[in-house]
Amino acid sequence: MKKIEEPLIVDGKRIDGRKPEEIREIEMRVGVIKNADGSALVRFGNTMVVAAVYGPKPLLPKHLQDPEKAILRCRYGMAPFSVPERARPGPDRRSIEISKVLRLALEPAIFLEEYPRAVIEVYAEVLQADGSTRVTSINAASLALADAGVPMRDLVVGLSGGKVDGTLILDLNGKEDNNCEADIPMGFMPRGEKITLLQMDGDLTPEEVKKIIRMVIDAGKKVYEEQKKALHAKYEKEEVV
Amino acid sequence: MMEDYVLELIRDGRRVDGRKLDELRPVKVETGIIKRAEGSAKVSLGDTVVLVGVKLDIGEPFPDTPNQGILITNAEFSPIASPDFESGPPGEDAIELARVVDRGIREGKIIDFEKLCIKEGEKVWMVFIDIHVLNHKGNLVDASALAAMAALLDAKFPKYDPEKDELDRETLEGKLPINHKVVTVTLAKLNGKMLVDPIVDEEKVAEATLTIGVKEDGKVSSMQKSGGRGWFSYDEVSKAIDLAISKSKELLKHLE
Repeated sequence: MKKIEEPLIVDGKRIDGRKPEEIREIEMRVGVIKNADGSALVRFGNTMVVAAVYGPKPLLPKHLQDPEKAILRCRYGMAPFSVPERARPGPDRRSIEISKVLRLALEPAIFLEEYPRAVIEVYAEVLQADGSTRVTSINAASLALADAGVPMRDLVVGLSGGKVDGTLILDLNGKEDNNCEADIPMGFMPRGEKITLLQMDGDLTPEEVKKIIRMVIDAGKKVYEEQKKALHAKYEKEEVV
Repeated sequence: MMEDYVLELIRDGRRVDGRKLDELRPVKVETGIIKRAEGSAKVSLGDTVVLVGVKLDIGEPFPDTPNQGILITNAEFSPIASPDFESGPPGEDAIELARVVDRGIREGKIIDFEKLCIKEGEKVWMVFIDIHVLNHKGNLVDASALAAMAALLDAKFPKYDPEKDELDRETLEGKLPINHKVVTVTLAKLNGKMLVDPIVDEEKVAEATLTIGVKEDGKVSSMQKSGGRGWFSYDEVSKAIDLAISKSKELLKHLE
């Protein structure tokens, strides 16, 4: 819903100077939290998320264990200083929902059946929010899982699409997110184009929905390349004896 | 095992309750059943029964939308409704359901929020949608969204006296300003096949579910992938959208 008067697209350019289908500058680094079994920091423009993975490790108390596979636990949270008005620390209804869809986005990628009775914990913390925080969390969490050596079918790529001022766009920033006609956050495994997270809110024709989903999958391949580069970069730095 | 049986039937395009893959359960909508609520509706989708009450109150607007009313949606999965539900504060599934119903209504601009403004920046109407599950036999989202929409259409304002700043809840006047109608259609993927309006036995073995909010003009106002540990292909999503739009017409008929 548009809450401001100012145009969000002028002469085909967005408020941050991007073209409609242009993704913000991406930074990805793995192994940023020493204590964690795997970790990653991902930045899309001014949106910055750090994720850490602990496990696979035995799940306690025992009655929560699944004898056939590992349990994945996800927690998405926002640092109080990540948004203009201080956010109350701790989970709210929004972050509880996002934690759930984050888990559903990652589970299809992980060989959970390799670790019966275990738990894999994934924590995603938004350090700085400027739109598209849940999909940035997917990128960070997916990299952190790979960094932890958890066997995966593929990396999960997160990217958002939407519509502002009548134009279909990719990778919404905060102002676009708050004033868009529609917002579609997505997560998917690029190999085989398997969609694992799909949400939408707004007002779109079915053709527009399909077009945006297609745009996100196609542009997501660039994000996928960045993820692979970030994983390679960590191991290239390490000295081999 | 029920799970194997469900999956085996689906392989031949059949379902445990004998429905076709794209067939909804019988739908029943009753409104105005809770006298204390400003609007109410009870919806059955087969054996799934959901009750929604709409309450109206006066409050302060949010600072970023000083001339708009407020919508708050909550869902209770009461232990009355299923042996799988426990008492206590809403869990992640109840929170997710309430937020999906809320998004369909909010982002589809179903309510004319500007007409809920009494005095800009100071007083606006607050609309509370409370979803109570009475019997859970699957697809709570579609039953809840339909009941929420029916209860909104049923809702009337209590008389407001601006001098005394008091609400007279005995006197109801004027309907809520509703722009359009919205319903959700949920599809589940089982054994690679898509079916509508899943029952609990189907939800338990579903690879994933997709809920699509459709307005009466055929536009999409919300989507949510949930349930299961699976994924959808682009083609599956694309077909699901088309099927949801066609099925939405059947549900919308019950709101006339």
